[in-house]
Amino acid sequence: MPGAIYAEGLVKTFGDVKALDGVDLDVPEGTVLGLLGPNGAGKTTAVRCLTTLLRPDRGRAVVAGLDVLGQPDAVRRSIGLSGQFAAVDEYLTGRENLQMVGQLYQMRAKPAKARAAELLEQFHLADAADRPAKTYSGGMRRRLDLAAALVVSPPVMFMDEPTTGLDPRNRQQLWEVIKQLVSGGTTLLLTTQYLEEADHLAHDIAVVDHGRVIAQGTSDQLKARTGGERVEVVVHDREHLSAAAAVLGGLGKGEATVEDHMRKLTVPVTGGAKLLSEIIRELDGRGIEIDDIGLRRPTLDDVFLSLTGHAAETEGTEGPQSGKEAAQ
Amino acid sequence: MSAVTDAVRADVPGNRLVRSVRDSLVVARRNLIRMTRIPEMVLFGIIQPVMFVVLFTYVFGGSIKVGSTTDSGVYKDFLMAGIFAQTVTFATAGSAAGIADDMQKGLVDRFRSLPMARGAVLTGRTVADLAQTAVTLLVLAIVALLVGWRTGTAEPTDPGRILAGFGLLLLLGYAFTWIGALIGLSVRTPEAATSGGIIWLFPVTFVSNAFVDSTQMTPWLRHIADWNPFSASVQACRELFGNPGVSTSDAWPMQHPVWATLLYSILIIAVFRTLAVRKYRGAAG
Repeated sequence: MPGAIYAEGLVKTFGDVKALDGVDLDVPEGTVLGLLGPNGAGKTTAVRCLTTLLRPDRGRAVVAGLDVLGQPDAVRRSIGLSGQFAAVDEYLTGRENLQMVGQLYQMRAKPAKARAAELLEQFHLADAADRPAKTYSGGMRRRLDLAAALVVSPPVMFMDEPTTGLDPRNRQQLWEVIKQLVSGGTTLLLTTQYLEEADHLAHDIAVVDHGRVIAQGTSDQLKARTGGERVEVVVHDREHLSAAAAVLGGLGKGEATVEDHMRKLTVPVTGGAKLLSEIIRELDGRGIEIDDIGLRRPTLDDVFLSLTGHAAETEGTEGPQSGKEAAQ
Repeated sequence: MSAVTDAVRADVPGNRLVRSVRDSLVVARRNLIRMTRIPEMVLFGIIQPVMFVVLFTYVFGGSIKVGSTTDSGVYKDFLMAGIFAQTVTFATAGSAAGIADDMQKGLVDRFRSLPMARGAVLTGRTVADLAQTAVTLLVLAIVALLVGWRTGTAEPTDPGRILAGFGLLLLLGYAFTWIGALIGLSVRTPEAATSGGIIWLFPVTFVSNAFVDSTQMTPWLRHIADWNPFSASVQACRELFGNPGVSTSDAWPMQHPVWATLLYSILIIAVFRTLAVRKYRGAAG
């Protein structure tokens, strides 16, 4: 049985640009798939195809058991979409925004009002509920946008770069909200440019580049494939640098690089946390005092470099329809 | 979650027409709330035609020939139907800009992802614009009366005919907002929509009987003016208001201006609503 979000061979072309070049996805019910890729990779186009906003040239998609092309209206009843921009009417208050969305989900005025109040409370917007959204901070607008996507508690949610442009504190806050949501059993597809975000929120990650899914798996699986993990050590005494380099060279996957002026050594590793404690024991055993040690995880660039052989491009190449990705 | 079941139970019946009307009203209400929060927009929409009334009355009045006279009082009575009609068509720019703004802000995407009637976003916009046009027209009529415009100065008329004239003006304005809707969906920015929504209106409203007597134009221009849908509304209003300068042209729209206005308006709505809704359904914000 296909998952709550299922796509097979999605193709979408804008002029000469193949935004989607045969995308297959399968998201089991109640799980989170992170669609990871640089700007212009096709993430937004994929979301737009799955949420009935865009008709793919070829391929098939099923969301919440409903055929996206055949039953678009039924699909719309079962999904919530939170886009890249906080798509709220800035001249309406938070309450008016949510009430309007509820009514357009075909709720009657009264329950829509009650639901709006409930969501404003839940998203910590109750104090600002009767102010125009224009006066909200970026984080508050995103929360309002997310609340709008949740008005009918849809079983399937799509979030297109939900935290792009947010400061770290607001990003953290939004992550908490999303985690809570997912723990309630919602199936979620979220797109992101940040591996860290996918790591934090998603069960599975699909890496997208040039309109194709080039790798899929759990974050650990992807990182293992990437092999971009590194251990960084800062020794207390400069004299210990070469001894430490020898230790790291022995335990790591290659030669340690040394940044003399910072007393810092970096070595590629596999084995993550377990190896980290081994390195600490070994250094300790030789009387090498350290100021800092850490496991540096692969970045999106590392994952990309290893999967595609090219660095993540930042140019939007998704065609005229979605200047959005490029606009970031 | 209890709210889910509540929401489902609160579902509105599935009749398509009921749903379409209801969704349009929800969107219209939203646009009206917006207008009250940006009163300066409404205000500018009123100031501009008021300025036209004053400028045309005092600058052109006395030098433009209506029938066989250049009497400024006659020109004043002649002019108002033209200014009223031009004003209602200028609502096009507001619709175009509003819809382009919704596209740019991602609101159209949100609406399109909701299980709502397909035409409701555009209908809600045009209906709200119609309400704004009505307010503008009311203020304008009062200003016109203040500068000396009177009905029944050339032919007798009655309140019913005068109201019918304003009704036709609103219908024309409503029809033109659908052209605006299509423009708004076709351009990339609200700024482009504002100019794109208004530029073409200058030839449409000036190559007409609105500000000068079209019978005095060069023949080819006069033909255009006589068949211009906009001229039909102006002619209809002059007739219904009992104002001077009713064209004696043989052209069918000039002979049957009320029917012509009704037909033109319905035709414009039918064509542009179809095109705009189709565009909206495929719109990529």
